[in-house]
Parts: sequence; structure tokens; C-alpha cells
Amino acid sequence: MKINDVILQAITKIVVFIILTLAVYLFFSGHHTPGGGFVGGLVLASAFVLLCLAYDVETVQKGIPFDFKYVAALGALIMLIVGLGSIVFDVPFLSQSFTSMESSLFGKIEISTVTLFEAGVALSVVGVVVTIILSISKDV
Amino acid sequence: MEIIISILAGILIATGVYNLLQKQLLRIVIGTGLLSHGAHLFILTMGKLKRGQPPVLEDNITNYTDPLPQALILTSIVISFGVTSLILVLAYRTANENKTDNMEQLRGNENE
Amino acid sequence: MSNLVILPIIIPLIAGIIAVFLNKKVVITRGLTKIFIIANLAIVSYMTWIVFNSGSIILETGSWVAPYGIILVADPLSIVLVLTTNIVAAACAFYAPYSLSLKKEQHYFYAFYFFLISGVSGAFLTGDLFNLFVFFEVLLMASYALIVLGGDKVQLRESIKYVLINLFSSILFVTVVAFLYGVVGTVNMAQIAERVQEVEQKGVLTAIGILLFFVFGTKAALFPLYYWMPKSYIVPNPVISALFGALLTKVGIYSILRVFTLIFIHEINLTHEMFIWIAGLSMVFGIIGALSTNNIKLIVAYNVIPAIGFIIMGIGIFNQDAISGSVYYLIHDMIIKSALFLIVGVIAYVAGTSDLRKMSGLMHHYPLLGWLLFVSAFVLAGIPPFSGFIGKLLLLKGALTDEKIAIVIIALLTSLLILYSIMKIFIRGFWGEKNTTMELGKRSMKGFIGPIVFLLTFSVVLGIGAEYIYPSIDTISAYLLDPEQYIDSVLKE
Repeated sequence: MKINDVILQAITKIVVFIILTLAVYLFFSGHHTPGGGFVGGLVLASAFVLLCLAYDVETVQKGIPFDFKYVAALGALIMLIVGLGSIVFDVPFLSQSFTSMESSLFGKIEISTVTLFEAGVALSVVGVVVTIILSISKDV
Repeated sequence: MEIIISILAGILIATGVYNLLQKQLLRIVIGTGLLSHGAHLFILTMGKLKRGQPPVLEDNITNYTDPLPQALILTSIVISFGVTSLILVLAYRTANENKTDNMEQLRGNENE
Repeated sequence: MSNLVILPIIIPLIAGIIAVFLNKKVVITRGLTKIFIIANLAIVSYMTWIVFNSGSIILETGSWVAPYGIILVADPLSIVLVLTTNIVAAACAFYAPYSLSLKKEQHYFYAFYFFLISGVSGAFLTGDLFNLFVFFEVLLMASYALIVLGGDKVQLRESIKYVLINLFSSILFVTVVAFLYGVVGTVNMAQIAERVQEVEQKGVLTAIGILLFFVFGTKAALFPLYYWMPKSYIVPNPVISALFGALLTKVGIYSILRVFTLIFIHEINLTHEMFIWIAGLSMVFGIIGALSTNNIKLIVAYNVIPAIGFIIMGIGIFNQDAISGSVYYLIHDMIIKSALFLIVGVIAYVAGTSDLRKMSGLMHHYPLLGWLLFVSAFVLAGIPPFSGFIGKLLLLKGALTDEKIAIVIIALLTSLLILYSIMKIFIRGFWGEKNTTMELGKRSMKGFIGPIVFLLTFSVVLGIGAEYIYPSIDTISAYLLDPEQYIDSVLKE
């Protein structure tokens, strides 16, 4: 089914970028304040879902040509590898470590292995949510 | 405050169970959603509701909120989110394949 | 060293993710599946050896010390069950390529198979009540995906009921954990056990315990709560039925065994007495179900219920012999149930039907299959010298020590009827004239027999080698009856 809704499409073009920015902000702010990989991933997925609503699924898949099932699996793999890193250093599974560095542009930045783990969570959430939405919408 | 939230959780669970016992598949799915919301509110209440500091370890803070129910509730929300989306897909497929969304007609005695 | 505990959970997860990426290349996935499951089996065997020689292995994830963080505990009971899980899973991995169609294999069978094993191992190994819920959800999610694999009309219809009943009991589980947290202020099982002993008012704890029993009872398919189980277990492919029949209900019964030997032991007269009644009713109603049907898959599925009854009977009697019997029967039943589901799957495949009224004379073409069914019927019913006999002997010995005569009579009668219900398949399906309407001898059973023989060998070894295995089981039951050991090893006091 071809959708032709000019207003929705015009607004979507702008709003998608706002949503994506919010998703990235939520993802990074999760380190100390509310937010994090799960919420960031959900917001990120909502951008894709909005795209699918405004345009049709085929167009979106032409623009974003990868299978979201693999995105979910990749996210899970990242989480596992980050967890397994602790086995290499002979500390209990899922142990975290962090350090901070000074940068002239942003000031003090904290770097921790949790962020990597959260990146895996975000990817999994995006993959799962988009897969579910697509699998429902496919045969309407 | 605990009393009010407990009653709210009770209402959510009651409506959830009511919906779960309906015939229409979509109502059942909504029922499971309501049920899990009730359970989540309940976990939060069990950790004692109070307005305190965030549960981050810092000096000079005496009045903490309990971090454990929040961790439990977050995990539980993620799981119920996954299950609800899965059951939506499943209900949709079932209704499509069996040409009905009425649980009465989904009984099936032919393979006994 | 302590990181060893995470491996039985992590290796299947990694294998599952690899299987997702390789889902179109079925030949590679099959090979990798076998390699991964055998590697996992080897690691778990090594862990079992360590646990029995030098005590439980405990992992405090993320370096959070015991009562505060999430812990994984490999104690004798859980590691033995993980080992059995992996034996069953290995047999299923070798059976699957012959039983499943290529399309089903490509539709992420191997991925969900590994997620299921990961969830089951996690549920056995965790030392945290909330984490038990999480691992339950992991294995249930995988089972939801497996039960609809293929997406037939019947499958979808039965699985929606399966999903709903499990979802409801999971929500109840979360609520009960919240109750328990409200009363004792922790979700770590060892610390709960410690605090339960100190609580003044035991009434509320007994109520929570019984609620928890109903949650696990739903998952384990106990007497009033089993109605969802038989039909939903027969709709998927036999290999998936075998995994479900061997693992899913057993996780529920393991949880009851763990919780009611560790935490809720303050009012044995009420809770454990109730178990004995429920055990008797489960046996009677389960076997009535098995006798009432002519569908061979349904006969085996109904036979899961009396087995659960036998295990819960041992927990109810609650002395050393009875608990040993329960543990022995649990291990025995995991292996023989999967073997039976696999055998029945082959019979339905070669006969082209699962209706007993339409088949006869299978013996002419498939003598080996017939004798395998014959042996497994003996194992299941508990004819000496097979493994079912040792389990039942210990259970009955425990029951007679406590002078619970009624349950002994019910158990013995049920055993006889179990034998009859499986023999019915043998007599009506294998004996008799060749049925001309069935196209017998056309379908070969190459590849099916190996895994079944593998599982039956374990059953026979469990029976004949009881002399060597019993001391380990005895260690487990002594360990279970002394909760202080678990608490001390986890909280390090």
C-alpha cells in the first residue's frame, strides 16, 4: 500500500533527527542521570517506527538495508563480549572498570566499560523492537 | 501513600484479571499488560515509598531511597515489554491462521 | 576459578548468537551446534568433578559481595541437573537434523535451542530468587519461539494458551517476590533462608510459601494446574517436545525442591503434608489422562504429570531417603522422558500417524524401535534393574519410614498403570497384523536411533550402576536437608 501523506512526511523528515539526537543524549546521560541503553534504544527504535509509518516499509528498508534481527544479535554479542572481558582479567564476570580523562573541549570525561555494555543493550532493543513492528506490519 | 498505591495496584490487577478472562484475544493481551503494571507498582510499594536522595553513594546523605526495588522493577518492565510484544505478534498470527479471535472457538478437540 | 560457573550459561548464549548469524547456512550451523554442545557437556562434567571433590563454586557477579549482588551457585544439586540438561540437549542436537524440516532449521531453531539451554542452566545455577524469575523468562521466551516454530494452525492455537498461562504465573511470581522482599528485605536465597528463621510471625511467610508453590506448581504442571500442559507439549516437533518434557517442568520442580528445603521449612506439618496430597492427586489424574487417549504423543505427555507427582512426594515426606529418591527420580525422569518423546516421535514419523487406532504391526519393519520402546517402558515404570526402580525404591523406603501408607499404595498402583499406558503403544502399535493402509517400510529411521540409544544407555547405567551413583545422591540429599551448609557457603560466615 502506497501512503501519500505530505504533512506527515514533511514533519517526519525533521522530527526523526530530533528523535535521534534525543536518543543519543539519553544514551550518554544514562551514566549518572536517568537514561541509559534501554531507554535510548527504545527512542531510537521509535524513530525507525515513525519512518515506517510515514513512508512504507519497503522504502525504509531500501534506505536502511540491514536485517534488524542481526542488529539484535550483534547487540547481545557485544554485551557478552564485554562481560567476558572480565574473565580475561581474572575478576568475576561482569565486573566493571572506569577511568576519567581531561579533554579541552568537553572537560572531564568518564570512560567506563559500562558504556560499551549499554551500547549492546541499545542495539538489542532497537533490533528487537523494529523486528516486532516489521513482522506485524508485513502482511496487513 | 503506600495504601493508595496498593489500592491502585489492586485495581490494575483486578481489571487485568477481568480482561484476561474475556473471549477476545486483544482484550486478553491488554489484560496481561494491566496485570504486569499492577505487579510493578506493587514491587515499588514493597520497597517503601519515600522522597529521599537518589541511591548513589555519596557523603552527607542520610535519607536514601531503596535502590533494589527500582532495579527489580526495571528488569521486570523490560521482560514484560518483551513478552507483551511477543504475545501481540502471536495473537495476531493466531487470529489470522485460525480465522477467529474468539477463545471459545480456539478450543480444539480434534487431536485427542 | 569462580568464573567457571558462568560458562554453562554463556557458552550456549554465544552459540545461539552465532546460530542467528549463520541461520541460512544450515550445514555449518549443525556442525557448530554439535561442537558447542559437546564442549559445554565437557566443561559441565569437569565442573561436576570439581564440585563433588572440593565443594560448591560461587560466583559473585560484578564483584558485588554476596548478599548485595547477584550470585551464581554451583552446588551438588544444581550442577548435577545442569549436567543432565546438557546430556539431554546433546541427544536432541543429534536428533534434530533428521526430525526437523530444512525450513524450520533455518527459522532459528538452533538459536532458540541454545537460548533454552542457557535459561535452564541459569535457573539451576542462580542463587537469587529474582534472578530465578529472570532465567525463567529467558527459557520461557525461547520456548515460546520454539513452540510456534513452523506456525501451523494447531500450534498457534495451543501455544497462545501455553504463553498466557506461563505469563500469568510469571506475573504472580514477581508479585510474590515483592511480598517476600517486603517481609524479609532481601532476594538472595541464602539470606532469605537466614532471615526467615529469625522472623517472629511465621504465618505470613507460610502464606508466601504457598503462593510461591502455586507459581512453581503451574510451571511444573502439578495436579490442579496441569491442564495447559499435555496438549501444548504435543503440537511442536518431537525434538522440541523432548526438550520441553525433559527440561521445562523439571525447572519448576527444581525450584520447589530448592525453595522448600532451604527457605520455607518452618511449618512442615502444613506445607509438606499438602505436597503429599497433591503428589497423590497428580499421579492419579495424570495416569487417568494417559489411559484415556489413543494419541501416542499425548500418552507420553500425560506421563509427565505422575513423574512430577513422584518427585513432589519425596519433597513432601522430607526425610533423607525420600529426598534422595526425589533427586534420583528427577535425574532419571529428565533422561527417560526425553528418550520417550524422541521414540514416540520416530513412531509417529514412520507410521505416518500418531493415532493408535490406525497403526499395527510395526514390529515387522522396525523391530529395533519396538525393543527400544519396550525397554524405555520398563525404565519408566521402575522395573529392576533400571533407573526408575532405584528412585522409586528410595521414595517408598522414605514413605514407609514415616508410615505414610496411603501414598505408597497410590504410587505403586500408578507405577503399574504407567507400565500399562506405555505397553499399550507396544501391544497395539507393534503387535498384530501388518496394516495395509499404512505405508510401512518406506521411511527409514536412520539417524534417529543413535540419540535414543545414547539416552537409554544413561538410564540403564543409572540403574545398574546405582552402587556407584547412590553415594553422590546421598551427599546431595544430606546437603539439602542441612540448609546451614548452603547459607554458610554463600554468605561465607
